[in-house]
Amino acid sequence: MKKLISAAVALSLTGFVGMASARDYISVVGSSTVYPFATVVAEQFGKTSKFKTPKIESTGSGGGLKLFCAGAGVEHPDITNASRRIKKSEIERCAGNGINDIIEVKVGYDGIALANSKAAPQFSVTRKDIFLALAKEVPDPKAPEDGKLVANPYQTWKEVNASLPDMAIEVLGPPPTSGTRDAFAELAMEGGCKKIGWIKAMKKKNKKLYKSICHTVREDGKYIEAGENDNLIVQKLEANKGALGVFGYSFLDQNSDKVQGSLVDGVAPTFELIADGSYPVSRPLYFYVKKAHVGKIPGISEYLAEFTSDKAWGDEGYLADKGLIPMPTEERKAFKSDVEGLENLKL
Amino acid sequence: MSRVEKGLARRYRQERNFKRLGLGAILLGLLFVSFLFISIFANGYTAFQQTFIKLDVFYDPEMIAPVGETDPDVLSAGNYGGLVKATMRELFPSVTNRRDKKKLYGLISTGAAFQIRERVMQDPSVIGQRESMWVPADDDVDMLIKGHIDLNLPESDRRIKDDQLSWIQGMQEDGRVEKRFNTTFFTAGDSREPELSGIKGAAVGSFFTLLICLAISFPVGVAAAVYLEEVAPKNRWTDLIEVNINNLAAVPSIVFGLLGLAVFINFFGLPRSVPLVGGLVLALMTLPTIIIASRAALKSVPPSIREAALGVGASPMQTITHHVLPLALPGMLTGTIIGMAQALGETAPLLMIGMVAFIVDIPGGAMDPSAVLPVQIYLWADSPERAFVERTSAAIMVLLAFLISMNLLAVWLRKKFERRW
Repeated sequence: MKKLISAAVALSLTGFVGMASARDYISVVGSSTVYPFATVVAEQFGKTSKFKTPKIESTGSGGGLKLFCAGAGVEHPDITNASRRIKKSEIERCAGNGINDIIEVKVGYDGIALANSKAAPQFSVTRKDIFLALAKEVPDPKAPEDGKLVANPYQTWKEVNASLPDMAIEVLGPPPTSGTRDAFAELAMEGGCKKIGWIKAMKKKNKKLYKSICHTVREDGKYIEAGENDNLIVQKLEANKGALGVFGYSFLDQNSDKVQGSLVDGVAPTFELIADGSYPVSRPLYFYVKKAHVGKIPGISEYLAEFTSDKAWGDEGYLADKGLIPMPTEERKAFKSDVEGLENLKL
Repeated sequence: MSRVEKGLARRYRQERNFKRLGLGAILLGLLFVSFLFISIFANGYTAFQQTFIKLDVFYDPEMIAPVGETDPDVLSAGNYGGLVKATMRELFPSVTNRRDKKKLYGLISTGAAFQIRERVMQDPSVIGQRESMWVPADDDVDMLIKGHIDLNLPESDRRIKDDQLSWIQGMQEDGRVEKRFNTTFFTAGDSREPELSGIKGAAVGSFFTLLICLAISFPVGVAAAVYLEEVAPKNRWTDLIEVNINNLAAVPSIVFGLLGLAVFINFFGLPRSVPLVGGLVLALMTLPTIIIASRAALKSVPPSIREAALGVGASPMQTITHHVLPLALPGMLTGTIIGMAQALGETAPLLMIGMVAFIVDIPGGAMDPSAVLPVQIYLWADSPERAFVERTSAAIMVLLAFLISMNLLAVWLRKKFERRW
């Protein structure tokens, strides 16, 4: 026992001494949606270069940017992944902490699928159906053009749209902390909400109210928050044939034997249709790099080169194999040259 | 007397029911535990095997380096991915179209190229020669061989396509496909390729974290318990401290994570994701458990021992260190081990200090970034690849094995050193 304790004390002491030395690996934080792609690049980079494998934390987009903007020293992360673009307020916070030079890299696109079990019929919904089925308050079904909202009365998909099956509305999706949920609310629900004339007109007059109408998800148990774990949602869909689930395209891709993606506005969530932009519920993924750390932390420019190489993010690259939807060639070229020139972020 | 006899049957019945109730509770508990174990085991045992494919690799000097080259920089820069592809093309010369070739290359894990590189780096004299080598198959092939892919589904719904299936069957007939013990699982760090992933990184991370945790919480906990139990006067202050310790034992663990983030990382500037910070946070969390268990152990030492020691002239300190402490130690150790087992299974506080991270390199010390076993389970459970499902269960089995052995150690220590008065 004595020996063990003294060994442990000695170990922790050497640890404390080692702390003073600089970090020799890249520290990445941020979005859980970008995480599966960034980790693949990091692993490839670690195995094929002489640098250490970068450390990647999955903190969520907002949490990642908060950590990223906390300061410029090496104790703060070098790169943050985000499943949405950086906000103006976040750039200001960064600048307030002495981080003025940020490089923005768009990685590619991610589709959000609305899927159900293969044992059930495939759904074909419009974004308006999604909004009407899932919003907390919807226009009164008796007089939809009156400009009056009522608590969502719809119980089945058939009530929402007569062409849909007569199944109770039950949607499993991510909780509000998730970037996928934000994107789903913005792209699918707001996209449908905009189709209703008088709500759209409200956008100019009262943006806040407009947003709260379009983005607020019903809380009466029809939308079930199934946690951040997309695998869990897939498993629940398998067991519950009547339910639909909301998750990223890569999970649909990996589980195509169990679940099927619903058509949204008549477009199926397939690789090709998300890539060419015709599938409406897809969003760009980004990561942000602190310019001041390039050269200070070994390997950052090499990591960027690996990420932006064709064998990683190209049409046939290994990221596409993992379910990332690549950008068009032109866009890739533009971002690659920005990265090589370490161009600053422009909003 | 007759009144007693009248009630006797009823009382016997009540007695039997009482026993049955207790037995039922235990059986129900066992049922749940066995259900848990069986489901985990059924899901996970296949992860201890991995499908390998035999390749006849020609160490082509044109792709690696000229014969006789020994400079490691040149050797490591060789085109090993291309070498694997060339080997596969040689095996199936009929595959010519670009799309089919991509499917063909997909049968072999990306780890094969690294394995060949390793081989060449170790022994550069193989360049220019030909050699058979077993390399890991891709995770989809592995799932197929293990029977997790339903072949009755239409081709578009399967991750293994029809022509891939025929290639695999061809290789199986040649004896090129084999399931072997999955050593990678125990020797590698995390990876995004299921067939290359392992739990060693997380296990080592857990080891360093627990070591730090033990080194801090055990001495501090025992010292606190000895002071409170043997030395401190009984007054309002010590009562207050006691209430606080009991309270701390019930505080949700995530709170300790927030505390660790505020104090160790933000104030002391320690790096994120390192076992040192993890150990410190878990030490805070286990301290109350250890203090409470140690105090109970000290209380159970009969006062006669203390009185006898003091009676023959021992000082209070000698009484404690020579007599009370050795007698109370087994109980303290039991409490400590149970506290450590708790700490081993903890994820919530580590979330706050950045230990939920993708870390490939196996940590070499308490200042290297690392994950821990439960975090690894969490990360794998959240990965889209199908093959991670069985690996998640396998990692749970490893964690359970550690927990069970720690608890057994606690029981054994108690049995061995227990004294009855």
